[in-house]
Amino acid sequence: MKEPRLISLARHAVLIVFSAIAVYPALNVLSISLRPGNRLRSTDLAIIPADWTLASYVELFTEQPFLTWLGNSLLVSGLVTLTGVALASIAGYAFSRYSFTGRRAMMLAILTTQMFPATMLLLPLYILIARLGLVNTYLGLLVFYTSTALPFCVWQMKGFYDTIPASLEEAARIDGCSRAAAFWRVILPLAAPGLVITALFSFMTAWSEYIVAAQVMQDEAMFTLPLGIKGFQASLSSQWGLYAAASLLVSVPVVILFLSLSRYLVSGLTLGSVKE
Amino acid sequence: MATVELRRIEKKYPNGYQAVREVSIEIADGEFLVLVGPSGCGKSTTLRMVAGLEAISGGEIAIDGRVVNDLEPGDRDIAMVFQNYALYPHMTVADNMAFGLKMRKVPRAEIERRVEEAAEILAIGPLLTRRPRELSGGQRQRVALGRAIVREPKVFLFDEPLSNLDAKLRVQTRAEIARLHRRLASTVIYVTHDQVEAMTLGDRIAVMNQGVVQQIAPPLEIYRRPANRFVAAFVGSPAMNFFPGQIADGVFETACGRKLPLREPAGLPDGPAVLGVRPEDFRVVTGGEEAAFLEVALDVVEHMGPETMAHFRVDGQDHVVRLDAAAAAQPGDAVSLGVQPEGLHLFAADDTGQRLN
Repeated sequence: MKEPRLISLARHAVLIVFSAIAVYPALNVLSISLRPGNRLRSTDLAIIPADWTLASYVELFTEQPFLTWLGNSLLVSGLVTLTGVALASIAGYAFSRYSFTGRRAMMLAILTTQMFPATMLLLPLYILIARLGLVNTYLGLLVFYTSTALPFCVWQMKGFYDTIPASLEEAARIDGCSRAAAFWRVILPLAAPGLVITALFSFMTAWSEYIVAAQVMQDEAMFTLPLGIKGFQASLSSQWGLYAAASLLVSVPVVILFLSLSRYLVSGLTLGSVKE
Repeated sequence: MATVELRRIEKKYPNGYQAVREVSIEIADGEFLVLVGPSGCGKSTTLRMVAGLEAISGGEIAIDGRVVNDLEPGDRDIAMVFQNYALYPHMTVADNMAFGLKMRKVPRAEIERRVEEAAEILAIGPLLTRRPRELSGGQRQRVALGRAIVREPKVFLFDEPLSNLDAKLRVQTRAEIARLHRRLASTVIYVTHDQVEAMTLGDRIAVMNQGVVQQIAPPLEIYRRPANRFVAAFVGSPAMNFFPGQIADGVFETACGRKLPLREPAGLPDGPAVLGVRPEDFRVVTGGEEAAFLEVALDVVEHMGPETMAHFRVDGQDHVVRLDAAAAAQPGDAVSLGVQPEGLHLFAADDTGQRLN
C-alpha cells in the first residue's frame, strides 16, 4: 500500500531534521579545520569557507608530532585488540561450555567490575601500575585498557558461544578432533561475528581514551592521539585549526574498520547447520 | 566391523541423578540394535557414553573386545549421526564429509574416492559444493549419513536421526538406513523414541525405562511376549488394553466381575493380576460358540481404510479393539468380544508388572 504523500513528506522532514542534528557537529569541525588562521567562531554559515585552506593539515604532518602519536595509538590499540580477543575468546568458551566450581561466582565477579565507572577505578589502577613500574610505558596502558575492556568482551563471547550448538563440537570430536582442535577448527570460525564485535570494542576502548592515558603517559613522544590533540587546546592560545583537523583524522581508522568489518557484523553464519 | 559390549554401565550426575543403571548389552558384529524408550529413559545417555561424549560413572564399554572407557571419542573408531544433523556450517558438503578423514590424515586421493562413493550411494553428488544452509532437511540428513559412511567406522551410532524430518521423508530415510545397513553389514546402535522405527529397523530392540533395560529381544518377540507391563504398554500402536483383576482357579476375573477362563492356567499364581490384550487380539463373538468376555457399546469408531479401530469403555477405562473394516461398525453398536488364546498376556499387579504367563 502506498502511503499518503503528506505523511511521506512529514516522515522525511523529521528524518532530515534529525540527520542534520547528528551531522552538524562533525561538519562544523570540518569547517573549522579548513579555516585559515585560528578561527573557532565565525559568522559565516558556509561549511567550506570561501578562503579555505589545508594549512592545518599540512602543519599537523610537518610541524607537529602527529604521526608519532598516530603510531603510538595504533600500537596500543592494536595490542589491546589482540590481547582482548585472544583472552575473551578463550575465557568466554570456558564459561560457555565447561562446568566448574566457582563458574557462576566468577562470572558475577566479572560483571561486578562493570558496575563502577572507569574513573572510579582510576586511582587504584594507577597505584597498581605505579607499583609495577609501568608508568609512562605502553605496557601500562595495555594493562589498563585490556582490564577495562575484557569483562564486556568475555560476556559477549560467552553469549555468542552459547548460540553455537554443542553437537557441532561433539561431531568434530567424533571426527577425530581433540577438544582444542574442535574449538579451533569448528567453533572459532563460527564465532567470527562475535570475535569482530569483541575486536571492535577492544579497539575503540583504547583508541579514543583520554583520562587514563593522561595519568599513565608523561613523555610527549609516548602520547596517544587523544592526549596529543588535547595539547592543542592550551589555556591561553588554543590551536583550533590543528585541533579540528586532527580530530577528523582520528576518526578515519575507526570508519575504515567499521566499513571493512561490517559484513561480519551481520550474524547468521550458523544458519542451516543444525535443526533444533 | 565389530562387537560392542556394555558391561553394567552406569551414569550418575554430580547432582545425584542416576540416568543409567547397570545396563548390560552385548551387540554382535553387524547387528542393528535399537535402544527405545520414552524421553528421559537414559537411551541417549547410553549412546553418548558409547560415543565417549559422556563420561562413564561405572562399568565398562568394550568395542571389539577393547575397553574404551578412557578413550577420546575420536579414538574409538565410531561415527555418529545426530538428531540435528550437526553439519559444519562453514564447510561445503564435500568438506563436511572429508573432515573426519582429514583429521585422520587419510591420503587425499583416498578421501576423494570415499567421498565420491558415499555421495553416489546417497545420491548427493550434485550437492557436494553446497553449504549446509543451502540444503533441505532431508538432504542435510543424507549428508550427515554420508559423513558417517566415509569414515568406514567399526560402529555406527544414530541419535534419533529421523526426528526432525516430516512423516513422508521419515519413512523414506528409514528405508534408506535399512538398505545402508544391509549393504555395509555394519554394527549399529540406534536410539529412537519411535516404536515403529524400532520395530522396522532393529535386529534386536532394547526397551529402556528410568535408566534400566526392561527387555532385549527381536522386534516380534518384544511385541508378542513383552517381559513386563511397561514394555507391553510402550510397544504397539494403539497400545495394549489392560484390565486389572484376579486369577482364581484358572479363571481371570476383572474388577467388575467379567470372567475369562485361562487356557493354560498351570503355574499361574492365584491372586491379583493384570490382563493385557492387544486391539487386534480381541475377536467378535457372534452368539452360541462361547461366552463373551466383554459386552460393550462402541464409543468412537475410526475407519482407517484397511482396518477399523473402535473405542469402548469398561469400568471407566478407555479401550480399543481392531475390527474388520468390512464389518462397517458404527458408534453405539453393541459388540460381544472374546480374546484369542495366544493374545492373552498376564502381568503381576505390583509395581514390577512382570509377565506371569
